[in-house]
Amino acid sequence: MNISKSYSPRLARIALGLFAAAALSTSASGATLPVEEAVLTHAPNVPPPITRRTPAKVVINLEVRELVGKLADGVEYTFWTFGSTVPGPFIRVREGDHVEFHLHNFPDNKLPHNIDLHAVTGPGGGAAASFTAPGHTSTFNFKPINPGLYVYHCATAPVGMHVANGMYGLILVEPEHGLPPVDREFYVMQSEFYTEGAYGEPGLQTFSMNKALDERPDYVVFNGSVGALAGDNSIHAKTGETVRLYVGNGGPNLVSSFHVIGEIFDKVYIEGGDRVNANIQTTLVPAGGSAIVEFKCEAPGTLVLVDHSIFRAFNKGALGMLKVEGEPNTEIFSGKTMDSVYQPEGRSIPHDAPRPPREEGKAKTLAQQKADGEAVYKQTCFACHQATGQGIPSVFPPLAKADYFNEDPDRAVAYVIFGREGPLTVNGAQYNQVMTPQNITDEQIADVITYVLNTWGNKGGRMTVERVREIREGGPAPFGAGIGAH
Amino acid sequence: MWRAAIVLLGTLTCASALAEQVRVGEGVYRPLYRNEPDQPVAAFLLDETPVTNEEFLQFVAAVPRWKRSTASKLFVDDHYLAHWAGDLELGTNAQPDHPVTHVSWFAARAYAKWKGARLPTLAEWEWAASASETSAETRGDTNFLRRILNWYSKPASTGTQPVRSTYKNLWGAWDMHGSVWEWVEDFNSSLVTGESRADSSLERPMFCGSGAAGAADVEDYAAFMRFALRSSLTARSATSSLGFRCARDLPRDPPEDSL
Repeated sequence: MNISKSYSPRLARIALGLFAAAALSTSASGATLPVEEAVLTHAPNVPPPITRRTPAKVVINLEVRELVGKLADGVEYTFWTFGSTVPGPFIRVREGDHVEFHLHNFPDNKLPHNIDLHAVTGPGGGAAASFTAPGHTSTFNFKPINPGLYVYHCATAPVGMHVANGMYGLILVEPEHGLPPVDREFYVMQSEFYTEGAYGEPGLQTFSMNKALDERPDYVVFNGSVGALAGDNSIHAKTGETVRLYVGNGGPNLVSSFHVIGEIFDKVYIEGGDRVNANIQTTLVPAGGSAIVEFKCEAPGTLVLVDHSIFRAFNKGALGMLKVEGEPNTEIFSGKTMDSVYQPEGRSIPHDAPRPPREEGKAKTLAQQKADGEAVYKQTCFACHQATGQGIPSVFPPLAKADYFNEDPDRAVAYVIFGREGPLTVNGAQYNQVMTPQNITDEQIADVITYVLNTWGNKGGRMTVERVREIREGGPAPFGAGIGAH
Repeated sequence: MWRAAIVLLGTLTCASALAEQVRVGEGVYRPLYRNEPDQPVAAFLLDETPVTNEEFLQFVAAVPRWKRSTASKLFVDDHYLAHWAGDLELGTNAQPDHPVTHVSWFAARAYAKWKGARLPTLAEWEWAASASETSAETRGDTNFLRRILNWYSKPASTGTQPVRSTYKNLWGAWDMHGSVWEWVEDFNSSLVTGESRADSSLERPMFCGSGAAGAADVEDYAAFMRFALRSSLTARSATSSLGFRCARDLPRDPPEDSL
């Protein structure tokens, strides 16, 4: 869910409270300990490491709000939230602290709520003690005695629905001596949503109980909405820096195969506990569980965070981006150094589908262009723009019935030749991705554009090889195309 | 449809606020938890709509000890009538024909008594509310359940709506779902024990996986939410989406003609 990037007044007050904390606790638990208000941060931000080496009394104020937010471009959902965001704020305490927890249920909420912190040793993880009617506050105390990264969630009946509507977050219990320092820390939480409408269906979507019971989500996302961790919302690091991701899985149902495309985890704190595994490609994050992963960014580029149960990433939204900036390190990764023709011996050209006959030396018919263009599309364009040209909301723009494409197919030709970067509005939705130049011939470009023009309800027409050649010779300028042209 | 006139204890100015009552036929209420026996429900009379702000204003005017500023804090919390502009003034946030909310159980009960009525029991309310437009019993009717769940997809901050704006069920009662939560007489008796002071044992079955362990119908999510809400309340509690309507017993010898 994408509510706001700015901190709420409550959070500001909490942050001030940290520095103003001078009082000593007088309650039975944590008597004579220094008192702090916990710093709470919204994903992907993580509160600063705890530097004190003695326990404190830590006061946590968390407010439950039921509100409408963005699940994907054009898609809204009524989220039930901790702290007005999905996931809820990241909480950071130290092993042995005395935590005083205040759960506030906003007066306009319809429902009672509570919180079950997996970091709590005690009945229900605090669920019964924090059960709160709208317009009330519950207070309870606990002492985190097991270090680790823990999920918290609402546990009010029907618990599945409270979790499915967004009520989860992470609490880190730092070990007494802290965690090893790293350059950057981020908060990433996966979860899934079950809506009455299919993926991408616009408007205010309602919770589908049937899909939830079948464990058949429409959305699998990082940090509460499609695109919450991609495009402008990507996280950033520099080459040579070590990155630590606190990864949680709110579920309610799916187990995540968490993977970062282009990296190997140097360290994984398995399931968020003490045990460290090394050199891991993909780690499991159970529903209601976590993992801490660390890696050093060696080469510049965009690392893509995915649930490697991969249809979730490409079709349901489980996609995030970590952009690494810095000088290339060609020893570790060279980039492509050569593209040459590969002709194995004794191999004939396969015919996997009948093609319209082509007379040598003559221009292709429309049917020939479409058939050849379809083949090009399936090899070159399909991965991003998808099988039926629908794209991926907020990540890759659609080609099907796309106003931007139909207005001026010449632009599309230029982008295929020169690539394109920067913001783009297609059918009213915003995109901000990089399309790299495609290494295909002018004839293939003419064919594939013709194919797209005559498919999925687009306007029809033809693109000729001659026109493609003109555009190539004209350069990227007329269309604002070209990487680095802005 | 059987209708009964309200017993008027106020002046004739109350006549404009006459609440129609409808007859709910006898039936059986199946409790949420399997270890509770089915409860037969005798036929009774139920308000056609939730009590409105206008109706509750008349009560407060007639019985000043229930004004917001004078109501005893033993019986109401700080949210009591919080959406009204003043003690005897509704204001823009409390339209006359919308259900009254921000009322405690004590206040709802006092209103009912003033009207010569009572609050419905949990069994009566659940039985009456299980009716759709065409059927008295909707258990297993997924479309009906989905309609109820859709109400939870609208945050309460969108406010209340006028009475009679959702649907009228088989018995003639409006807005049983989709408008506001409603108090019942025995709101805190829904779980394994009627001993409300035994808080931990009372609430434990409501949380997490154990919430489903004893349930008669684990797919009736809407019922779970009603029971969770009721068990979160105390009799002083007042919230922005909680109202009530009155019930009464059927007269022993109902007259032939409706009044």
